[in-house]
Amino acid sequence: MADYNHELLCVLSGFGGQGLLFAGKIMANCGLIDGRQVSWMPSYGPEMRGGTANCSVSLSDDAIGTPFITKPTALIAMNQPSVEKFAASVQPGGAIVIDTTLAMNGAEGVELADGVEVAAFKATEIAEAEGLKGLANIICLGKLWSLTNFCEREVADAAITKCVPPKRRHLLEPNLRAFQLGIDA
Amino acid sequence: MKGNEVLAEAAMRAGCRFFFGYPITPQTELAAYMAKKLPTIGGTFLQAESEIAAINMVYGAAAAGARVMTSSSSPGVSLKGEGVSYMAGADCPGVIVNVQRGGPGLGGIQPSQSDYFQATRALGHGDFYMPVFAPSTVQEMADLIYDAFDLADEYRTPTMILADGMIGQMMEPVLLPPERDLSTLPAKPWATSGSRMERKHNVINSLYLSPNKLEDTNYERFERYEQIKEKHQRQELMSCDDAQIVVVAFGAASRIARTAVRDARKKGIKAGLLRPITLWPFPTKAIDELCDGGASSFLSVELNMGQMVQDVRLAVNGRASVDFYGRTGGVLPTPEEVLQAIEKVAAGEPVVQSAEPGAVGSLLPHPKHRKSSYERGE
Amino acid sequence: MAKPNKALIKLPAYQEERIGTQIAEGETIRAARPHVLTDVVTNYCPGCTHGIVNRLVAECIDELGIEGKTVGIAPVGCSVMMYDFFNCDMIEAAHGRAPAVATGVKRVHPENVVFAYQGDGDLASIGTAETVHAATRGEKITVIFINNAIYGMTGGQMAPTSLPNQVTQTSPYGRDVSKVGYPVRISELLATLDGVAYVERVTCDSRQHIMQAKKAIKKAFQNQIDGIGYSLVEVVATCPTNWGMTPLDAFQWLRDNMLPYYPLGVYKDVVADGFATAADAALERAKDCPIAQQKKED
Repeated sequence: MADYNHELLCVLSGFGGQGLLFAGKIMANCGLIDGRQVSWMPSYGPEMRGGTANCSVSLSDDAIGTPFITKPTALIAMNQPSVEKFAASVQPGGAIVIDTTLAMNGAEGVELADGVEVAAFKATEIAEAEGLKGLANIICLGKLWSLTNFCEREVADAAITKCVPPKRRHLLEPNLRAFQLGIDA
Repeated sequence: MKGNEVLAEAAMRAGCRFFFGYPITPQTELAAYMAKKLPTIGGTFLQAESEIAAINMVYGAAAAGARVMTSSSSPGVSLKGEGVSYMAGADCPGVIVNVQRGGPGLGGIQPSQSDYFQATRALGHGDFYMPVFAPSTVQEMADLIYDAFDLADEYRTPTMILADGMIGQMMEPVLLPPERDLSTLPAKPWATSGSRMERKHNVINSLYLSPNKLEDTNYERFERYEQIKEKHQRQELMSCDDAQIVVVAFGAASRIARTAVRDARKKGIKAGLLRPITLWPFPTKAIDELCDGGASSFLSVELNMGQMVQDVRLAVNGRASVDFYGRTGGVLPTPEEVLQAIEKVAAGEPVVQSAEPGAVGSLLPHPKHRKSSYERGE
Repeated sequence: MAKPNKALIKLPAYQEERIGTQIAEGETIRAARPHVLTDVVTNYCPGCTHGIVNRLVAECIDELGIEGKTVGIAPVGCSVMMYDFFNCDMIEAAHGRAPAVATGVKRVHPENVVFAYQGDGDLASIGTAETVHAATRGEKITVIFINNAIYGMTGGQMAPTSLPNQVTQTSPYGRDVSKVGYPVRISELLATLDGVAYVERVTCDSRQHIMQAKKAIKKAFQNQIDGIGYSLVEVVATCPTNWGMTPLDAFQWLRDNMLPYYPLGVYKDVVADGFATAADAALERAKDCPIAQQKKED
């Protein structure tokens, strides 16, 4: 299994508007709180307008080389194109979280590396059922955390608290709840 | 914070109170940040009607003695060439940011380093240079723009931050430099800020119709350039002490090269990384030392078709072999590709200029394997 | 006429104080070079109106007592060497960019008085964008526009303001409007813009017109001092050298051809229209547009 405590190289990918860049920011903030080396690199430009949006988050104990991740140790994929684009590149022993609400085929037909752990579940559906519309991203993040334990649980909560802007304080509790739902899913 | 926002914040901390620009991807966050914050600290943000107008506003504000900057991306920087040349000719300090994208022409918007020549070989017409800084981390975005303002004032020259879409868009932890007390900024007795009838009038000008006079001003300016070359070459060396193969890379490419050099070391290849922080002046002294220290090969890794490699060749001056590996158009090489190039150099084989088709991270097929539209019968 | 004693003429204060000063036995100063002009000999051709307009600008600066806070922007064109002729701070701009440079200076030092002095090629061709946008931004600057319907410095090429059928080096068969279009009428154009406080077209073919021109230039400076808005004075001018005429013939040609095409007069004056500033006039013009009427919250 990948050594997430030494280095987490995560790609978060889906449609624009699914909140993956935000989920990536929370992950990056976990690294910041832990005092690790951190980089957060979004895709940008026309790509962001209606197409796929993705970001690469690196947390490491060493200086980070390229912030573009070509061989991730972890992947959150919230649509089918993202699965097809990134799942095969996940390193042996890595972890993949797939929201099968939109990526209905899961990792089916993708040649995965040895020992890659896949958690495929309907995150968007869960979010809507729980009255947490728009927080499937955080549910996926919680799931990835439960697979990889890339930081302490308190650190994750602190990062979420930091990332929800003061003006939107009322969204803090739902975000924390979504994270827990992901862990339990 | 995103790299672009850090540039803006650090510039204001360095005492910059005036920003003139025109919208272009991928530097928009910088202008947006300036638009929001500058008016709240007594500064001026102005979106000009064009890049040409923007750089001439910078020229005017610089002539009036202010710390001033503009930012753009490759196609926009071409338009600024005129004003930068005038600033150089009239000895006006100011900072120009280029968050590079792929070219030529409208090109693309993905990270690229295709403006190395433009930045280091006089941006615009005429016989001049300007110091060019190449940040490779978000932290350096902050540190280098701070230095760029100081150097600009010290030598009365425009300076440039040559960044790229990758460093501009990414977020990394950053320690921001301290807020500059504006009263501690260097005095500019030459500025056209109004004589107040207390001094002889000042003239900011780059026109010298007498050839001898023009030659004198150019000689004087190049003396300043010599001082800059002597005192302000900057670079970072990584595992270069016993390096036989030195990878030379700046900005985004250096991030990728860093990973590749580390991987090469793991494989037992004596590779090191020379990362120029100043592109002009180019760190020739460091290359001298590396040559003296036994480096036998240099490999320039760039996001273009081979521009900085010319400076590497000039600096190496036949003392070692010089190879090039690059991707262009906004395609980023993977560390694996760069590692392959290093291995080729180690084996004494020629470096292939592009990734093999289907290689990880290769978004384009190898040119050799690509058919023209004619061949495809279109 | 006795040669004036240079050493004695160099008096410190403004012209008014000098006039009437006894400088030597039997010699009294009746007129003197404005203080803001240097004693450099200009490069203008005989009969060229640049010299007159330079002087009018200088007299206005002297009379308003603003030399110490004036920054002038010289253009590219025949008046390119203006930075040598003026004693106030001067900047030499790239061709057409004077309004942008002036914007930079004025934004850094709003308390200063900034003027741009530009010819027709500079202002109405290569610098049209800078001109229109500085005007519509309502930059509080003063622009002096010399329209002589030709490129002088480069040797008589067709200008954006060359008249229909006017023969120039690059319109050797006369300006063919069916191919190259019509002259740009800058005063009329700029008068439509909201940021503009004052536009007047003047000329200097006679003593009376010169006095009118000076009045206009002074007003354009005064508007800036009072913060009213962008002001431009267009001076219909001659270019005897490139028109291929004697100075007198050139003035006659100006009266016969230029003035009917470029009528003199005030094209916009928000103060005369009863507004305090160009901004107030703009607000009134857009009175039916709700969003334009929104008050800015601080």
